[in-house]
Amino acid sequence: MPDNAPLICRDIHKTFGNLEVLKGVSLETRKGDVVSLIGSSGSGKSTFLRCINLLETPTSGDVIVHGEAIEFTTNRKGDRIPANNAQVERIRSKLSMVFQGFNLWSHMTVLENIIEAPIHVLKVPRREAIERAEAYLQKVGIYERKDYYPAQMSGGQQQRAAIARALAMEPEVMLFDEPTSALDPELVGEVLRVMQKLAEEGRTMIVVTHEMAFARDVSTQVLFLHEGRIGEQGTPDKVFNNPDSERMKQFLAPKY
Amino acid sequence: MLDLRGYGPSLMEGALVTIQLAFMSLALALTLGLLGATAKLSGSRVMRYGATAYTTVIRGVPDLVMMLLLFYGGQVTINALSDYLYDAHNIDFFYQFNPFISGVLTIGLIFGAYMTETFRGAFLAVDKGQIEAARAYGFTRWHAFRRVMLPQMLRHALPGLGNNWQVLLKTTALVSIIGLTDMVRIAEQAAKSERAPFLFFIPVALVYLALTAGSELFIRWLDKRANAGVAREG
Repeated sequence: MPDNAPLICRDIHKTFGNLEVLKGVSLETRKGDVVSLIGSSGSGKSTFLRCINLLETPTSGDVIVHGEAIEFTTNRKGDRIPANNAQVERIRSKLSMVFQGFNLWSHMTVLENIIEAPIHVLKVPRREAIERAEAYLQKVGIYERKDYYPAQMSGGQQQRAAIARALAMEPEVMLFDEPTSALDPELVGEVLRVMQKLAEEGRTMIVVTHEMAFARDVSTQVLFLHEGRIGEQGTPDKVFNNPDSERMKQFLAPKY
Repeated sequence: MLDLRGYGPSLMEGALVTIQLAFMSLALALTLGLLGATAKLSGSRVMRYGATAYTTVIRGVPDLVMMLLLFYGGQVTINALSDYLYDAHNIDFFYQFNPFISGVLTIGLIFGAYMTETFRGAFLAVDKGQIEAARAYGFTRWHAFRRVMLPQMLRHALPGLGNNWQVLLKTTALVSIIGLTDMVRIAEQAAKSERAPFLFFIPVALVYLALTAGSELFIRWLDKRANAGVAREG
């Protein structure tokens, strides 16, 4: 039932100048899937994630969110661009992103950060948006910090606030772009635990990560990207315990 | 009590003219500055070149020369245009440049160029991730600009804006040259006829000082507000 698939990506290519970063990556998800995108730096995993919500425009290929394909056109210079900004904005509101650098709006308190998009993009009444925000802050365990500014919190707390911001959109799919890479090692756990809880609730998540334990234990699907292509794909058990490709074996080999 | 020998009321009126001139020029300068900065950062080459020409010319020519050029040159141009329209199309049109409007236009134009640079730097100082997050959550361009770019940009722009404002306020004294009866011109006339420069210029200096000091406090307050969430970092 591809119409009900939260997210389908078909043959995504992305070229920056002369550099072809993605050379045809496809992904199909079912509701509740947790897809881990792993691979070395420069393998194209973050670019792929950013192509899904059009922060980068794929040079070719389709992105289909809940049965709706994003429309593209070509500008005067011959570059592919989204055909309809309103459609892109609507689709983005169904795909919340959690960034490596948190990117909480620094001039707003945590609560303001969380209610901003629901109120202004989804047109949720303010009172309801606040109730929703408070519930998600409870869930990620930083309710008592709701009136703090981002700079007054630790990295782990900021990232949990960013996750609450993503949840408040009640999205079809959550996109995580290396959510723990900017954190001190002792703060990684609190964020991963929240993400694991979300996975258990059946939320559809695409996670670019270097946390192999998370990819192995939490995901339903693992995509190993290598030089812009899928190097290995399947269940965590297959990818980690029984990989076909030589490159994947190397990637998993102990580094010292 | 200070005896201004009957010039007190007209000095007060002059001070009011100065303040009006300063605020109207500020409004124009801020508008031009925002437009200029947007043009400088836009993808369009024509807009970028146009804005660069504007800031280069304005910042390279003395304020006084600009003001004389606009006031006298502007009137000559309007006169020529008016003659032409009457001769060629029988349209009766005339506009007399008044010193106040000329002052606002010149000072606004000059400080618009400085504001352009201040705003441009401030726009560039905003972390790209902040805008990216807004876009990723489905904000329209305008919403992202209004709710994220503008408030964050202002934080970076305020120190420069405060500085420009103080210089602008003092530059208003130049309009007395083109015949606007602002506080400086009245003081000058009074000082000459009463042969008492200190009596008239010191109060004028004090009024400027009071205005700039007051602004300083206001800007400091604004700065504190704009930096909410950042000042307590670390």
